[in-house]
Amino acid sequence: MSVDPELRELYQEVIVDHGRRPRNFRALGESARSIQGYNPLCGDKVTVYVDLDDGRVRDVSFQGSGCAISVASASVMTEIVKGMTLAEAEALFGRFHRLVTGAEKNGGDLGKLAVFAGVSEFPSRVKCAVLAWHTLRAALEGEAEPVSTE
Amino acid sequence: MSSTVSSAVSRRASSFDVERVREDFPILHQEVYGKPLVYLDNAASAQKPRAVIDAIRWYYEHDHANIHRGLHALSERATAAYEETRGKARRFLNAPEEREIVFTRGTTESINLVAASYGRHVLRPGDEIVLSVLEHHSNIVPWQLVAEATGAKIRVVPMNERGELRLDEYEKLLGARTKIVAITHVSNALGTVNPVRRIAAAAHAAGARVVIDGAQAAPHLAIDVREIDCDFYAFSGHKAFGPTGVGVLWGRAELLEEMPPWQGGGEMIRSVSFEKTTWNRIPHKFEAGTPDIAAVIGLGAALDYVSAIGFDAIGAQEHALLEEATRRVSALAGLRIIGTAREKAGVLSFTIEGIHPHDIGTILDREGVAIRAGHHCAQPLMEILGVPATARASFAFYNTLSEVDILVAAIEQVIEVFQ
Repeated sequence: MSVDPELRELYQEVIVDHGRRPRNFRALGESARSIQGYNPLCGDKVTVYVDLDDGRVRDVSFQGSGCAISVASASVMTEIVKGMTLAEAEALFGRFHRLVTGAEKNGGDLGKLAVFAGVSEFPSRVKCAVLAWHTLRAALEGEAEPVSTE
Repeated sequence: MSSTVSSAVSRRASSFDVERVREDFPILHQEVYGKPLVYLDNAASAQKPRAVIDAIRWYYEHDHANIHRGLHALSERATAAYEETRGKARRFLNAPEEREIVFTRGTTESINLVAASYGRHVLRPGDEIVLSVLEHHSNIVPWQLVAEATGAKIRVVPMNERGELRLDEYEKLLGARTKIVAITHVSNALGTVNPVRRIAAAAHAAGARVVIDGAQAAPHLAIDVREIDCDFYAFSGHKAFGPTGVGVLWGRAELLEEMPPWQGGGEMIRSVSFEKTTWNRIPHKFEAGTPDIAAVIGLGAALDYVSAIGFDAIGAQEHALLEEATRRVSALAGLRIIGTAREKAGVLSFTIEGIHPHDIGTILDREGVAIRAGHHCAQPLMEILGVPATARASFAFYNTLSEVDILVAAIEQVIEVFQ
């Protein structure tokens, strides 16, 4: 029995790899901001840490547990937003959100984020892909309350 | 091996023909994502036989009117059909009296009714409510609300590594302060069948009242509230092949009589004035407002349907499915079955090393296999098990051994995707 092509598109190697061996999976020091994100429907939990320096993301990391999509999304996010300005990170989240909801088909210039295009075929999994991003945005905006996607 | 199981099923329940039974369930005959539907999410909600769908349709096409008040033919027919289900529910539970059957929206509402009415009526500061780690949120949160309001405390019965309640620990929790014991008959997350008769006897010896959450028991086993000797028993229509929006609460007449009303409105009163309102007799005291009449009538058809098949045949079929599925998935690398109670209903909860249950659920769905993945509304239990979630396949009598084959092949796909 061969694997469904849409499933292969969803669970690409990059996602399976980052889901299994997440990058930047650690806490940052006390000077960093940290905020929790939680998806009460499925129980996925993430804590995003950001170290800002003059309006730029100097360092970013995360910890937590969840499905392959949510862990891989958090992992790839930390790789990509490092060094960005707040405005750049915000704009990228906008594009990522459009990509995973299917509002934008062409993710070709989104680099590694393009692997999440397959999520748009699985509406119930969009919340998994955006949990870490919502949490990052809250951290960048200086929120203190945990973020919930529901 | 699977052929010996099949022949065992056909021997044990020679009158039970699963293919014929499947014909009664229109929804089962469809494809999802181009694959035949394999519905293994029965513990969340069971599918409906045509008899139930037809009863609801007939009611709306011929008999619909409001009940218990009309002076016309339709209202009399609707009332008769509605009340007929009360009799069927009484027989289904082997309850002593029809007036002890209260219709609610479901198990959740039934438990809320007992907690809010009986609980607030009897609980005093320092009194104790005993629950177990196997409870669904719907048998936890209503008690937390009443504990908060009355100053009562909640104590929790632990389990062993198989997912069986520790009765020795349970008996130690019981004492003069114990007023209510509220325990599930069958665990929704693990499938454990609890020894409710023994639980009730110990509670009564301590002077406590016993509430049984029967949501997962009603679809699988014959229930006898007189034999269990509990004080309240709750179940939902939709898990027992009936409609959503209806449930049953059985309570001992003397307790229902002494309990204050829960919701006020029409139907539950005898007379209303701004100076003094008096309550209707039971069970109507607890049925304020126009109920879901069609759902109650549909539930009656569902209870007739399962009673005609019989719980011996249902139990034999589900046991064969569970045994075969358990044996087959146990052989898969990295797969761990969560909940291995010796007395178990048709629930197969599992995890796979390194693969999150939600990813398992998504991949199985694309293979046409509907399961539940998540915390099963039992977060305290997941915490104790040390897992964020499990994948859960749950069987009904209309499932087949070839569907078990498809489940196993789909799980193999999951493992392949993550290799």
